[in-house]
Amino acid sequence: MNSGRTNANAGNANARIGYIAFNTFREAVRDRVLYNLIAFALLLSGAAILVGEISIDVERLVVVNLGLTAVSLFGVVIAIFIGIGLVSKEIDKRTLYTVLSRPVRRWEFVVGKFFGLTGTLVVNTILMATGVLLALLYVAHKFEKMDAWVLVALYFIVLQFLIVCALALFFSSFSTPLMSAVFTFALFVIGSLAEDLRGFARITPGVGGWIATAVAYLVPNFSALNVISQVAHGDPVPGRLILYNSVYALLYSAMAISGAVLIFQRRNLK
Amino acid sequence: MTATRRANLVAAAVLAFSMAGAIATLHTIDRTPRASVTQEALYVRSSTALRRMSLGYTGLLADIYWTRAVQYFGERHHNGSSDFRLLAPLLEVTTELDPKLLPAYQFGANFLAPKPPNGAGLPGSALFLMKYGIEHNPDQWRLYYNLGFLYYTEFKDYAKAADAFAQGAKLPVTSEYMPILAARMAQHAGEFDTARMLWRTTYESTKDAQIRENAVLHLLALQADEDVTRLEQAVEKYREQTGRLPASMGDLERAGFIHGAPADPKGRPYRLTPDGRIEVQDPESLFFITKGLPPGAAPPQPLHQTQP
Repeated sequence: MNSGRTNANAGNANARIGYIAFNTFREAVRDRVLYNLIAFALLLSGAAILVGEISIDVERLVVVNLGLTAVSLFGVVIAIFIGIGLVSKEIDKRTLYTVLSRPVRRWEFVVGKFFGLTGTLVVNTILMATGVLLALLYVAHKFEKMDAWVLVALYFIVLQFLIVCALALFFSSFSTPLMSAVFTFALFVIGSLAEDLRGFARITPGVGGWIATAVAYLVPNFSALNVISQVAHGDPVPGRLILYNSVYALLYSAMAISGAVLIFQRRNLK
Repeated sequence: MTATRRANLVAAAVLAFSMAGAIATLHTIDRTPRASVTQEALYVRSSTALRRMSLGYTGLLADIYWTRAVQYFGERHHNGSSDFRLLAPLLEVTTELDPKLLPAYQFGANFLAPKPPNGAGLPGSALFLMKYGIEHNPDQWRLYYNLGFLYYTEFKDYAKAADAFAQGAKLPVTSEYMPILAARMAQHAGEFDTARMLWRTTYESTKDAQIRENAVLHLLALQADEDVTRLEQAVEKYREQTGRLPASMGDLERAGFIHGAPADPKGRPYRLTPDGRIEVQDPESLFFITKGLPPGAAPPQPLHQTQP
């Protein structure tokens, strides 16, 4: 009897999270800023073709580098600008109170928002990736075996978005949209230099070295998720790295989301 | 237990587990071999462009480039590579962003000039870097020392080496070795002593672990080279006196040419070959030695040094 009720509750929770995620996705897709950014990303991919044509013998390299960088940067911008407004917008419009007055728990709201935003970004990435692959086909006239690694790079970019979304949501659970954007962007920049940071930590002696190592391991590691240069040269990505990066992105996102849940649970919304 | 409390506990447990898991995974990622294209590519070689991009934070950018230079050389050297083509531009960008970053010049003097696998084999670039360093830090005796060191070891230009040491010796803050080195260069005398003094000064004037280890290896090699030269001179004198080659080190000792059983810097006794040559027992343990090697053997080079 009890287990039946638990299963029903879990099923309801999943349905509620799914509903919030779907609404978040629908709202994001309606957002004009989002469309503009996608258009801009596609435009940049188009520019890759032009740059590819004026580059000698490195058309593929330029298209992959420019295209994937555009996908990554525009996705991060989208993730930050939508992620930071997810909670505050609901509070400003007072829709949060309507949602929470129904049988929706706060943690379900946060997790649903995260999945909604992630779904939006996955769809965006698929659209932008299509642009990049078409540009690649245009300059190279055919796909080669090594182009499969471009898909791995795109997968890593999606993992990057998972972390950025989770961080944006984490900061927006207790801070203003502007400060959340600043914090998330700062962590994105620091995380992109994570390997240099760990390099600094390795050569710093004593207590300073320990502190630097701790900081270097706590900030998100975006450098391992960036294999754009590698795949642009057609170099393979080790299977182990794909596995570890997947595990890392899931764990780091779970960490940020559970932090957001803990803060949001205690937040006074009156 | 209320639903809120349960949610809090689950979230706290997930937070703790995922944080520990993320750190452990990151540690594993660090140890996963990867093609480090990004480490081996230098997209912006113009320090002027970098200055603009850094929005004035050139010091931090110089530190990042400096760390990259050290890691680039350390990693490739550790892997036994002979290709250090990015070392010169990395050090040039670093010093152009921060011309006062003295360790970068010292690193360049020690690892840009020597032939691969001990360096990039670019003495011209090393010389350019030293002159640039002196132009921006005219009061630093170490830079004059590095310049003299380069002229002496790579170009065998004793006059210019003497001039560099003499200029460094005139500075208000300098090393006691500088005037001696200037005088020795002028005389070309006492090759072993001069080389020993140079490497000792190198060792004492830096805190960089790689440069220090390199200096220690050279000092040990110098000791072995000097011992072998001295012992072969003793063998020659013995042959002149007795008309035959000594059969063992004992013969040399009994004739009064040496005292005790001579051993190399690692403590292994030197070996006297039947044709009167002196050999070290384990050449692989003494890097950079040029004497005491079996016929046809190349001087051993350190392939695995301490990583930065």
